[in-house]
Amino acid sequence: MDKKEGKKIFNGIAIGKIRFYAKAENKVSRTKTEDCDAELARYEAAREEAARQLEKLYEKALVEVGEANAEIFNVHIMMLEDDDYNESVQNIITTQKVNAEYAVAATGDNFAEMFANMEDEYFKARSADIKDITERIVTILCGNSDSSDIGDEPVIIVADDLAPSETVQMDKSRLLAFVTRYGSANSHTAILARTMGIPALAGVDIDRSWDGKIGIVDGYEGLCIVDPTMPVLEEYFKKKAHDDEQKELLQTLKGKENITKSGQKINLYANIGNPGDLMSVLENDAGGIGLFRSEFLYLESETYPTEEEQFAAYRKVVETMGGKKVIIRTLDIGADKQVDYFGLDREDNPALGYRAIRICLTRPEVFRTQLRALFRASAYGNLAIMYPMIISVDEVRRIKEISKSVKEELIAEGVTVGEVEEGIMIETPAAAVMSNELAGMVDFFSIGTNDLTQYTLAIDRQNAKLDEFYDSHHPAVLRLIRTVVENAHKAGIWAGICGELGADTTLTETFLEMGMDELSVSPGCILPVRRAIRETK
Amino acid sequence: MKLFQYTITDEVGIHARPAGLLVKEAKSYDSVIKVTKDGKSAEARKLMALMGLGVKKGDTVTVSVEGGDEEAVAAKMEEFFKNNL
Repeated sequence: MDKKEGKKIFNGIAIGKIRFYAKAENKVSRTKTEDCDAELARYEAAREEAARQLEKLYEKALVEVGEANAEIFNVHIMMLEDDDYNESVQNIITTQKVNAEYAVAATGDNFAEMFANMEDEYFKARSADIKDITERIVTILCGNSDSSDIGDEPVIIVADDLAPSETVQMDKSRLLAFVTRYGSANSHTAILARTMGIPALAGVDIDRSWDGKIGIVDGYEGLCIVDPTMPVLEEYFKKKAHDDEQKELLQTLKGKENITKSGQKINLYANIGNPGDLMSVLENDAGGIGLFRSEFLYLESETYPTEEEQFAAYRKVVETMGGKKVIIRTLDIGADKQVDYFGLDREDNPALGYRAIRICLTRPEVFRTQLRALFRASAYGNLAIMYPMIISVDEVRRIKEISKSVKEELIAEGVTVGEVEEGIMIETPAAAVMSNELAGMVDFFSIGTNDLTQYTLAIDRQNAKLDEFYDSHHPAVLRLIRTVVENAHKAGIWAGICGELGADTTLTETFLEMGMDELSVSPGCILPVRRAIRETK
Repeated sequence: MKLFQYTITDEVGIHARPAGLLVKEAKSYDSVIKVTKDGKSAEARKLMALMGLGVKKGDTVTVSVEGGDEEAVAAKMEEFFKNNL
C-alpha cells in the first residue's frame, strides 16, 4: 500500500483502477531549413487546423460543462490569433532558418514563462493555456493525432498535469477522479473537475508504476492510496456509501429552508479553519460562517502575520460569502495549538493556561493588528468578530475598549469600516454562569460546547481512559446551554452553538425547543442537520 | 490622441474573457488603442500582451486612442470598459 498526500481540489471519494495518463510526447528537434516559406505555410496550416479542433472542443464543452467553462476554448482560439505569438513564430522561422515545430515550441516556452512569472495566481495559471495551445500546434505539425482515449472501463486518471482540452475530451462516464502532480486550484482542470463533481487532487507525488493498480482518492482528506489493504478498502467502501448518501441529500435539501414542521426557523452556518474550506461551505449550502478559526494565519506562518496578510485573507472570505454573515474568531493560540514564534512557555496544564484572549489582552500589539485587519475587511461584506475563552465581565470591558480604539483609529485614518457585530464564545462555565451580565455587553453568544463540556465535567477529552465517564449529553452542560440562551434572549441578543454538539442530530430538537437561534457545524454536517430540523415538529 | 483613465471593478481584472472581447473590439477600429498600467503598455489588439499587464481589480489603467476616428473610438472604448471591466 502506498499513501500520498495532495492538495484538495474537489471533495468526494473514488475507488477504482488507476490509469496513468501520459501525453503523446512530441519530440521537437531543431532542424535547419532553406525553404522558410514552406515552414511558414506549414505553420499557418497547423494554426488553422488547431483553431478548427478548438471550435469542435468548444461545442463539446458547451454541452458537457456549460458556457462559462467552455469559454476557455474560445480564449485558446483568440490566443492562436495573437499577433505577438504569431510574429514570434514567424520571426524564429525566418531569422534562424529553422523548422516550424521548433519555432512554435520555443515561442510557447517564452510566453508560458512570462505568465508563470506573474504574481497573481489567476495570470500565473494562464501559462498552462499557452502550453496547451503550443502543444496542440506542435502535435499537428508532427502529424500525431490528439487522442485522449482512456479505455472503456471507469478509471482514476493520474497524470503530471492535465490540460483543459484533455479533460474535456475524456469520456465523462468513465472518469472517477483526477490526481495530478502539478496544476493549481485555479486551473481550468480544477474548475472542470468541480463542474463534473468528481474528486480531484493536485500536488501529489505520483508514480508511473501505479498504472493498472487499484486506487482510492479521498478528496476530503487530500489522500491518494494505491494498492490499499483489504481493511482500508473496506473502510473506504463504507465511506463512499456514506458520501453517496450525502450527495443525494445535497440534491434534495439544497436551497431548502432550515424550518421545522411547525414553522420554527434557525440559522445553519458552517465552521471552517481556512479559506480552502470555502468551496465546501458553498456546496453544502451554509447560510453563513458561524466560526472561522483565524489560527491558520498564525500556524502557517513563520512569524506574526502582518495586517496586510490578514486583511487579504479576511477580505477574501467575506467577499466569497457575498453578503452572508462571516463570524471570525480572534486568535485562539495556546493549549493544543502551539506556535514557535509566540515563545510560549511549556505548561503543565495548557487547557487552563495562557491561551486565546489571555494572550491577546497581555500582548495588545498582536491583538490590535488582527482587529485592524478585521475592521478593514468588514467594509467588503458581512463580518462579525467573536472573542474566545471569556471568563469575566472585566475581560469583555477591556476587549471593547481596545476594539473601540482600533475602530476610531481606522476611521481617523479615513478607512471605511462596516457594521460589525461583536460577540463572545461561551466555553467556560464561568461565562455561562455570568451570561446574564455578559449579554448586555455584546451582540451575540456562540457556545463552544467542546471546551464547555471539558471544563464543566473536568474531563480531559484527549484522555481515552476517561471515556466511560464522559457524557456529551450531561445534564449539567445542557442546563448551562439553556441558561445561556435564556439570558441572551432576555437581553435581546442572539445565541448559537459552534461546537461539535451543534451537529449532534439527536439534540437538534432539544436545541430548537431551547430557542437556539443558530447552529454552526462543519460543512459536511449542514445538510444532515437541515434534515433533522425539517423532521422536527 | 485621446486619453482616459479607468479603475477596474471586475473581480479578476483583465482576465482572458474580457481581454478577448477587447481585442475583438480593438481590431474593428482603425485607431491604435493602448492600455497602460504602471508604465507598462500593451496594444489592445494583442491578447497576450494585454493579459501580460496583469491588471487586477482596483488597478487604474490609462487608455490611449490615436488615429483618424479617435474621438468616436475613445467614447466607445470608455463604454466598453464600463460594461466589461
